[in-house]
Amino acid sequence: MAKKDAPPRWDRKMQQRLARGEAAALGELYDRFASLVHGQAHRVLGDEHASDGITREVFAHLWEHPEAYDPEQGPLRSWVAALTHRLAVQRLRATEAAALAESDHDSSEDLERKVRHAYVAARADYIVQSMPAPLRAALERAYFQRRDYRQTATDLGVTEDEARRRLRLGLQLLSTAHDAGMPGAPPGYGGAV
Amino acid sequence: MTEADRFGAYDEHEGFGEQEDHGKDEEYGEHERYGGDGEYGEHGDSGNGKKGDPDPPHGIRDGGSPQGPDGPGDGDDHAPVPGRQPPRIPMPRASVEDSGRPLPALDDLRAAMPDPAPLVLEHHVLKSLLGAWALAACSAEETAAVEEHLGTCGSCADEARRLREAVGLLQRPDSLDLDPGLRTRVLAACLDRRPPRIPVPEWARPYDAESARLDALLQDFGDSEWHAPVRLRWFDGAQALSRRTTVAGVIAHLLAVDGIVALALGLDDPLGGTDADAPTPAGRTEAYWRASHFPPTRSVRGPWREQSHGIVRTVSFTGGAAKPAVSYGDFELPLHDAMIDRAFECWVHAEDIADAVNYPYEPPSPRHLHRMIDLAARLLPGALAERRRSGLAAPARTPRRLVPAGEPGRTLRLEIEGSGGGEWLIPLDSPAAVGSAEHEVAHVALDGAEFCRLAAGHVPPEEAAAGQVGDREAIRDVLLAAASLSRM
Repeated sequence: MAKKDAPPRWDRKMQQRLARGEAAALGELYDRFASLVHGQAHRVLGDEHASDGITREVFAHLWEHPEAYDPEQGPLRSWVAALTHRLAVQRLRATEAAALAESDHDSSEDLERKVRHAYVAARADYIVQSMPAPLRAALERAYFQRRDYRQTATDLGVTEDEARRRLRLGLQLLSTAHDAGMPGAPPGYGGAV
Repeated sequence: MTEADRFGAYDEHEGFGEQEDHGKDEEYGEHERYGGDGEYGEHGDSGNGKKGDPDPPHGIRDGGSPQGPDGPGDGDDHAPVPGRQPPRIPMPRASVEDSGRPLPALDDLRAAMPDPAPLVLEHHVLKSLLGAWALAACSAEETAAVEEHLGTCGSCADEARRLREAVGLLQRPDSLDLDPGLRTRVLAACLDRRPPRIPVPEWARPYDAESARLDALLQDFGDSEWHAPVRLRWFDGAQALSRRTTVAGVIAHLLAVDGIVALALGLDDPLGGTDADAPTPAGRTEAYWRASHFPPTRSVRGPWREQSHGIVRTVSFTGGAAKPAVSYGDFELPLHDAMIDRAFECWVHAEDIADAVNYPYEPPSPRHLHRMIDLAARLLPGALAERRRSGLAAPARTPRRLVPAGEPGRTLRLEIEGSGGGEWLIPLDSPAAVGSAEHEVAHVALDGAEFCRLAAGHVPPEEAAAGQVGDREAIRDVLLAAASLSRM
């Protein structure tokens, strides 16, 4: 569970514990990030089995190469998200390319469209995870909990004005998921893997 | 589902500004560039000739019933429906923006804001509502006012479309669907590829797995779930007892009782300075519940999970070394048995919780279930002796001689069916005696889950669905002894 002051220290300690070969640390890592990883992989691949596979790959990679993550470069969560995205898109390309080779129906444009779609979706997930907590909290209330903006304001202890502003701003940030050019660097800092 | 949990795991980390690709200039607090007009290239609030345009902006109004745009989950579903006209809404009165006259002071606008319907809102206010509108999070009157406005204001319509599309990108992480078995498989695959230098001891794995499963169940709980009533049930040897609490209260109970293991390991006691009447599971739980002025809330999840992680971590380090005995107040268990016991309790209470909120919950993996059943089977002779001492069970049938320690004595064969099951020979006359097939006087067969419910005190011993052959009294005593293993 969240400890608001935890992040960099938790990330660094986690890395040290993984490097030390502590199986209990791997369990904690999974408990913290599994739903993020699996959810993100599923968003790209739309397939339970494939997402399980990506989840396995992501954690195996971290477990085998804990030194690949550099705490100086950013939070572990972003790194994990970027790694997940990368592996998921790789998998998508591979499976789609294989399907393409076997069928006459799909075209390479279809493939690119799928990849592009997956990219936008993954980028959106990433934006939600990395936006400032107050914006995310407002979106969370309004969207997932179906609170109206007045209730959201009360929940968050802000003015209604501010609640509206956060909702609008949060969505504006999210809408930039559509803007990014094609693949290039996945969301998050590069260099995962 | 509430924010604290859904995004709880996210909250601990970085501010937006730390992300490379978004850059520091987009740090929260410098929102003016979003909140202002510049970012989306809007015109200077003088209207842009869309007023009176009969065509609503593409995709905006089609979903726009009086309730506003589609609710969550229908994000993709806002394509225009052919032939369906947008709702006829009276044209908005011209706003000051459209007139080109100067905007009123912000304070005046604020003062005007909480006005009841019918609403005539300023462009500025309407625009500020776009986010809430796209999320269907404003009042019906505001929704109507915004939608009227969108027909006449191109810039707002553009932004509205953009924000509506963004809503379609919001997605709840599918943690609910995460197969609990995936954790075991993923961890096993990892450890296979790189063997751990500090493994989690075999006997701590059921606890590790069960606490992770319960935590995953709690992940998506909202306030109503956390405060759902739960009745803890157990069997004190003579009768069934129960105690009312809530889901959060159950987690507090687990926190307080797991604390005896934490204490034995030299970790912090979750009770802190609170004095328990008795250092027993029940005593500690009541003390913990009493100590807080308010009933337990979701906030108990963090400390419970942190403690369970700490316990697993610590036993991994102390693993093979001198294992402390864990005191339950009126009895002790070796650390490795206590860890199985805590895993069992964690599962039993996870089921209590799942029942309370109508979620499905699976039994532990067969291997872990087997260890739990094995612990109960090993504790049975002691429990039988205890019941005899307190006059609750028939005296030992050793007319002529006591069974010397280590010798075979009268035995009950306990057969547990299903995955995780097996056979155990329970010596009936003394905990020190050895179970022996030659001295079998009775045979009981139970389904594994049924046996666990019995040992958890959730099934009255006389009602346990058990196949029985042989000495009726011995069977009854053993079933009662199994139930008496349960505690609060």
